[in-house]
Amino acid sequence: MEEDIDTRKINNSFLRDHSYATEADIISTVEFNHTGELLATGDKGGRVVIFQREQEVLVEEQTPDVVLGSILRVLKFSLPSLQSKNQVHRRGEYNVYSTFQSHEPEFDYLKSLEIEEKINKIRWLPQQNAAYFLLSTNDKTVKLWKVSERDKRPEGYNLKDEEGRLRDPATITTLRVPVLRPMDLMVEATPRRVFANAHTYHINSISVNSDYETYMSADDLRINLWNFEITNQSFNIVDIKPANMEELTEVITAAEFHPHHCNTFVYSSSKGTIRLCDMRASALCDRHTKFFEEPEDPSNRSFFSEIISSISDVKFSHSGRYIMTRDYLTVKVWDLNMENRPIETYQVHDYLRSKLCSLYENDCIFDKFECVWNGSDSVIMTGSYNNFFRMFDRNTKRDVTLEASRENSKPRAILKPRKVCVGGKRRKDEISVDSLDFSKKILHTAWHPSENIIAVAATNNLYIFQDKVN
Amino acid sequence: MFARGLKRKYGDQEEGVEGFSTVPSYSLQRQSLLDMSLVKLQLCHMLVEPNLCRSVLIANTVRQIQEEMSRDGVWHGMAPQNAERAPIDRLVSTEILCRTARAADGEHPTPELEDGSLQISASELPIVSSAQGQRSPQSSLWEMDSPQENRGSFHKSLDHIFETLENKNPNSVEDLFSDVDSSYYDLDTVLTGMMSGTKPSLCSGLDGFTAAAPPPSSTCKSDLTELDHVVEILVET
Repeated sequence: MEEDIDTRKINNSFLRDHSYATEADIISTVEFNHTGELLATGDKGGRVVIFQREQEVLVEEQTPDVVLGSILRVLKFSLPSLQSKNQVHRRGEYNVYSTFQSHEPEFDYLKSLEIEEKINKIRWLPQQNAAYFLLSTNDKTVKLWKVSERDKRPEGYNLKDEEGRLRDPATITTLRVPVLRPMDLMVEATPRRVFANAHTYHINSISVNSDYETYMSADDLRINLWNFEITNQSFNIVDIKPANMEELTEVITAAEFHPHHCNTFVYSSSKGTIRLCDMRASALCDRHTKFFEEPEDPSNRSFFSEIISSISDVKFSHSGRYIMTRDYLTVKVWDLNMENRPIETYQVHDYLRSKLCSLYENDCIFDKFECVWNGSDSVIMTGSYNNFFRMFDRNTKRDVTLEASRENSKPRAILKPRKVCVGGKRRKDEISVDSLDFSKKILHTAWHPSENIIAVAATNNLYIFQDKVN
Repeated sequence: MFARGLKRKYGDQEEGVEGFSTVPSYSLQRQSLLDMSLVKLQLCHMLVEPNLCRSVLIANTVRQIQEEMSRDGVWHGMAPQNAERAPIDRLVSTEILCRTARAADGEHPTPELEDGSLQISASELPIVSSAQGQRSPQSSLWEMDSPQENRGSFHKSLDHIFETLENKNPNSVEDLFSDVDSSYYDLDTVLTGMMSGTKPSLCSGLDGFTAAAPPPSSTCKSDLTELDHVVEILVET
């Protein structure tokens, strides 16, 4: 830990003061690209920070990590089932690659309301040339950003001198051809498309279609289909707004395209249902093709039943065979071929069931947790409170609770599993439910597409964990 | 405890301050939850549009409570039942609200009248039926399938809500339904319109909400002056 502190003082450019959390620095989305080489984060201040993985190096002995200040903590962990005595490899670590301001705060003059610049979602496009493309969205506007490298610059202009000032044409007596000279690598981000004015309500999801030509954006009541090339129109494919807004009882909470079938997508609702739609059936997909809902358990019924059944995230498995949903207390895995109930249900923090009233009062019950699959769809991960996050192995049915905090982790240390004590005697190292910190919530996590590397956003800190074993 | 089905008993209610030392009755808990939910619906960020999902979920919860109260026959504007109560009972602190009950869990709440200390008096019954004949102000906010034209304006309905929260005069029930008009309110404008204009005292009142008993609604009501009403209606349209 001391090494950490020393290095923090040196790398001043990355320093953030930890005595308070700057609201603008709160991370609001995390996403790996399709190869896992890049990791993008969006924050409440409308900024996007992209990390790039450096080339992998195999070393014999341990060398000190490059500590990237207080933003980034790189640790190693091993899943309890994968203990190994292998030699430690120095894996490629993630360094800041590019930072840019994606969205600015806006003001809607018609309604006298601010439009937050907070980045709700980032989605990468698959790479098709040397540049990287990503979609980032706030509540109202989606933007397509191009991130490209420049390592050469032209020198020897005729009409401008070396500083860029215009030369007097009368002084030019010879012509030359500008040449490209190498320069320090510069990464620049440019907005290539702005998709605006298509959403009355707040955008909660964007999803790139597997055709790589279209994508969808979903707000509370509508889903629009866009073509990347066309910014002034979009197709409305789902509309659940009632004719009379006073009849509104259900909203869209998340939406995603099928990973392989470009005509299929799902969207989840605040009533705990998932609808699968086929765009070939009709232009407006208000009638679902499949409807996934689990019958309510009457013994658990309370005034909070509906709120805790509201789905905060829905994700297709990489195979496209399953969908995973996250509601307040559980993660569920559904088979697309079975609509009447999920095939697996995992309790994330069931000890909160008796605290729902307090959580309703302090609004925590409305927290929207996300969930992710690992590359092989064998492990799922989601966040909880007290900077805890949980992983469930679908095959062995084992689960683990880990904590993302600087106090409890040294660089390259193995994360220790945590346990919440529900009642009765509290063992050493256990945490009682009443001492959980509900302001420290892990809502956003990401898993590398093929390796055991995860990114966990804890308020304004990003943690990256790598598996110790290959 | 709300998290599990709680068998409700009418006779269970404590008198006045004494209620704080034991488990509050289901009715009290439910009432407090309703009050809290209504206040939450009011609590909006000044400058940013409210979260529609959250608002819808809270409104659905309010509707559930109202439906249950209607089935129990206690939905009559709340005032007469609590004529003897101290105002401090209306909004109970979290600690009391969420205190674990000793009742058996897993039971679905069923209405049960007992010869307890508190009964719905005969004089209140006519009010009950008239209340159920018309629509309550809360449900007019999120009208589901009202065949009637009783669509009160959002502001006025909430005004009435706050009036009844603190006014224990049975006559206030008449006030509730005397002023409904047939103006149509789109939820959009309702939710967004609420944001226009500042209501600092409402939010500052709610800062103390977790600790405390005195209803913040009292400050809210005084702020919704006639002029504010007019301005807000103008801005919304």
